[in-house]
Amino acid sequence: MAETLQMAPADMPAPTSRIGRFLDSDVWASFTRSKLTMLAAALTFVFIAMAVFAGVFAPQNPFNPAELDLLNSRMPPLWDEMGQAPFLLGTDEQGRDIFSAILYGLRISLLVGFLGVAFSATLGITLGLVAGYIGGAVDAVIMRIADIQLTFPAILIALLVDGVAKAVLGGHLDEIMTLSVLVFSIGLSFWVQYARTVRGSVLVEKNKDYIAAARLIGLPAPVIMLRHILPNVLGPVLVIATINLALAIITEATLSFLGTGMPETMPSLGTLIRIGNNYLFSGEWWIVAFPGIALALLVLAINLLGDWLRDALNPRLR
Amino acid sequence: MLAFIIRRAFQAIGVLLAVGIISFAMFRFAGDPVNQIVSLDTPAAEREQVRRSLGLDDPVPVQFARYLVQSVQGDFGVSYQFRQPVSDLLAERMPATLELAFCATIFATVFGVLMGVYSGLKRDSVLAKVFQTISLIGISLPTFLIGILLIYLFAVILGWLPSYGRGDTVRLGWWSTGFLTLSGWKALIMPSITLGLFQMTLIMRIVRAEMLEVLRADYIKFARARGLTTRAIHFGHALKNTLVPVITIVGLQFGSVIAFAIITETVFQWPGMGLLFVQAVQNVDIPIMAAYLMLVALIFVTINLAVDILYTIVDPRLRSTIRQPA
Amino acid sequence: MREGRETMSVPVLSVRDLRVEFVTRRGTLKAIDGVSFDIAKGEVLGVVGESGAGKSVTGSAVIGLIDPPGRIAGGEIHLSGLRIDNLPPEEMRRVRGRRIGMIFQDPLTSLNPLYRVSEQLVETIRTHTNLSASAARKRAIDLLAEVGIPAPDKRIDSYPHEFSGGMRQRVVIALALCAEPELIIADEPTTALDVSVQAQIIALLKRLGREHGTAIMLVTHDMGVIAETADRVAVMYAGRIAEIGPVRDVVQNPLHPYAQGLMGAIPSLEADAQRLVQIPGAMPRLSAIPPGCPFNPRCPHAFDRCKVERPEAIQHAEHRVACHLYDQSPARTEAVA
Repeated sequence: MAETLQMAPADMPAPTSRIGRFLDSDVWASFTRSKLTMLAAALTFVFIAMAVFAGVFAPQNPFNPAELDLLNSRMPPLWDEMGQAPFLLGTDEQGRDIFSAILYGLRISLLVGFLGVAFSATLGITLGLVAGYIGGAVDAVIMRIADIQLTFPAILIALLVDGVAKAVLGGHLDEIMTLSVLVFSIGLSFWVQYARTVRGSVLVEKNKDYIAAARLIGLPAPVIMLRHILPNVLGPVLVIATINLALAIITEATLSFLGTGMPETMPSLGTLIRIGNNYLFSGEWWIVAFPGIALALLVLAINLLGDWLRDALNPRLR
Repeated sequence: MLAFIIRRAFQAIGVLLAVGIISFAMFRFAGDPVNQIVSLDTPAAEREQVRRSLGLDDPVPVQFARYLVQSVQGDFGVSYQFRQPVSDLLAERMPATLELAFCATIFATVFGVLMGVYSGLKRDSVLAKVFQTISLIGISLPTFLIGILLIYLFAVILGWLPSYGRGDTVRLGWWSTGFLTLSGWKALIMPSITLGLFQMTLIMRIVRAEMLEVLRADYIKFARARGLTTRAIHFGHALKNTLVPVITIVGLQFGSVIAFAIITETVFQWPGMGLLFVQAVQNVDIPIMAAYLMLVALIFVTINLAVDILYTIVDPRLRSTIRQPA
Repeated sequence: MREGRETMSVPVLSVRDLRVEFVTRRGTLKAIDGVSFDIAKGEVLGVVGESGAGKSVTGSAVIGLIDPPGRIAGGEIHLSGLRIDNLPPEEMRRVRGRRIGMIFQDPLTSLNPLYRVSEQLVETIRTHTNLSASAARKRAIDLLAEVGIPAPDKRIDSYPHEFSGGMRQRVVIALALCAEPELIIADEPTTALDVSVQAQIIALLKRLGREHGTAIMLVTHDMGVIAETADRVAVMYAGRIAEIGPVRDVVQNPLHPYAQGLMGAIPSLEADAQRLVQIPGAMPRLSAIPPGCPFNPRCPHAFDRCKVERPEAIQHAEHRVACHLYDQSPARTEAVA
């Protein structure tokens, strides 16, 4: 008894402004329906705000050795008897304020995450457009590489790229260089999904009449790809990018935890957890706990947003 | 069927060759192999002689061929940091990683299937919702955080389980096993859970989705019309039909489990190949990195091939469709 | 007509005023609305109608396989005198397969692809009898022989995909016969088969019904199959029975305008193709069944009463027909007017 009932089209006039259209869309409707999604969005927003304005909120600049005082080392959180202001969440063995370190670490984690996603998206979209539009041997080579890379977990690729990059650059790297290597290795680990998605859409769009028309009036291939094909694939790319942001943040944290990421002089959340892990047995649980909670909440919030975005943009994928 | 397996085998060799090129490029160009042999203050002339004796002045394809032949024979060069043959280092640590990956896979499969079946059959129950939440957390929490949490609970606070290492191991030939001692088993518990948790949530989600799908199938309705008991329908008919994709996932994921062991081994200081690899990355020990990549690739393609073959055994329909290609 | 029907013996299946609803977000849909019929021992009742008329739902309701969001909302179903529509699930399970067998449309998907035919047969036999495994296997081989599968002792260990469509449907029939049920519900048993195989399957069903005295409810949209097989026929429209009666009468002399249209649609070898009459319009969706007679918008004979008052079934010779055209009682006509 499958009934295919059509919803009656609403007789309301379509809002004309861009914001009006967005507020009227199904995407926005599904957003306001889900309390969990709104909570996740709020949490993500708070995290980003804290990272951006870390300098304002943090009582200390944890990257500046001059501000650290060994006398303040290993202090428990404020609510503990031994806690001391202004160290809300306690301090680590160098007297670094955990709360400040989390804010600045969040900044590093989000920076690497966003840059890594931007790099992998750019790389993947470009390769996907090229593979799909040109086809032939170029397509075959790019997609073969994608297939092979997909067999390996991203973390393995990231570790390898990280190691090789260090070998090529040689010896000791400064903080900015390390960060760049991280962005590079994360970018190289996650491009495949964009390339596959974009290539698939290009193959569909390529044969449509409007592309033939654009070709006929002599538009160059890059213009056709960017102006006409790219806008059609932005939806799925946005979904992949959101989910990959969470993955990129986890990957950065993992690399830093494994000791091949950010150094202790400029710690990301992963580095803080690595430091704190050494003090687990001596009872200083707060050094690892708070950065860990921050990382977990951040990733969970972004994942929830990604899940929602995927369902909202493409209900069939559920 | 045979043609199918041969075709797959050729694809596997293709992947291995591609990975071989990458790992050769790393070995040859990312680090200078001469530095393995000589010290930093060796005069240039002597370096040149070493270079020639290693065949590094031969054309690159010749060098690649030599590298491949040596790799097949298990010769991956000498580690920069340990000054030992890489193959010895890997062989020594392989049992630890394989035993860990094995236990993690068993854990993930058993609990993943149980939870998946339950939440597929009773999808509106409270327990099913709890499982869904656990799976969301399992996917969101980074592996190393889970490991740290377990260590804090069971090693620091409760003191029940060891926080690092394999416990006592017994040597069986060249294989060292932790399966024969109590401390070995205790040491396996937390790393296996940490490593298996992600796969467990994956398996659970797939089993649940497959279960919901299969329960709608005509042959399930017909089985009910035949008056079979609910138990026979759920566990005899529905479950068996969901197992085909599960076998694929479990098999294909075994390679990932080995690769993901890198993180778990670091958290628990587990003396396996993953820990060796992380140390190699930290110390830019290219020969170990290249060899590890080759080894993982070999494990991956072997498993893929095995899963393809296993597939045909579980699903009788595939046997005949493969035998007579359409 | 068969003699058993003349005596006052209890019918194998008796359905009274059956109602089935589907609760959806947009309201409750009445899939079956007040359906009543009997099937006697050894009798074949054909149930015919367009897809969505409620034929299959009726079959599912009888065997107790209406899944949520659907539910039986009213009426009674009796199997040889035992009321079965309100049995507890476990007791109803024991009725299914043992006392009522069911055959579905698509033999390709009805059999579990991962089990051998022998496993599925033995499993069903042993669920309903106390036979040992080897005795059950022997019975399974006998059953396959009975439904006309050659070399059953060899073929029994094949997988379903190793049989052709017709042979697979024979296996399905064998599965339905495992426990010698009193009633078999065959839901479009030939629709998915090649035309050449259809006749064989129909003949098999007929023969089995005759030999075992099994009552058969044959659901199909194919009037040709009905005319060939059934003793009586029920014509369904929009969840109701428009007309029910002996098959020869209904086919040759249909009373309900819808049945008249439907009979016009039987392709006949003797008559020329012009006899194929098209009924204008389409059956209403369940969410939009018109008040009064559901057929009134398409009916060439509709009058005012048809648009407001739902016609009840009226005995007319050997037929029962739900149509105001045949209502002779002036009292009711006046009451409406």
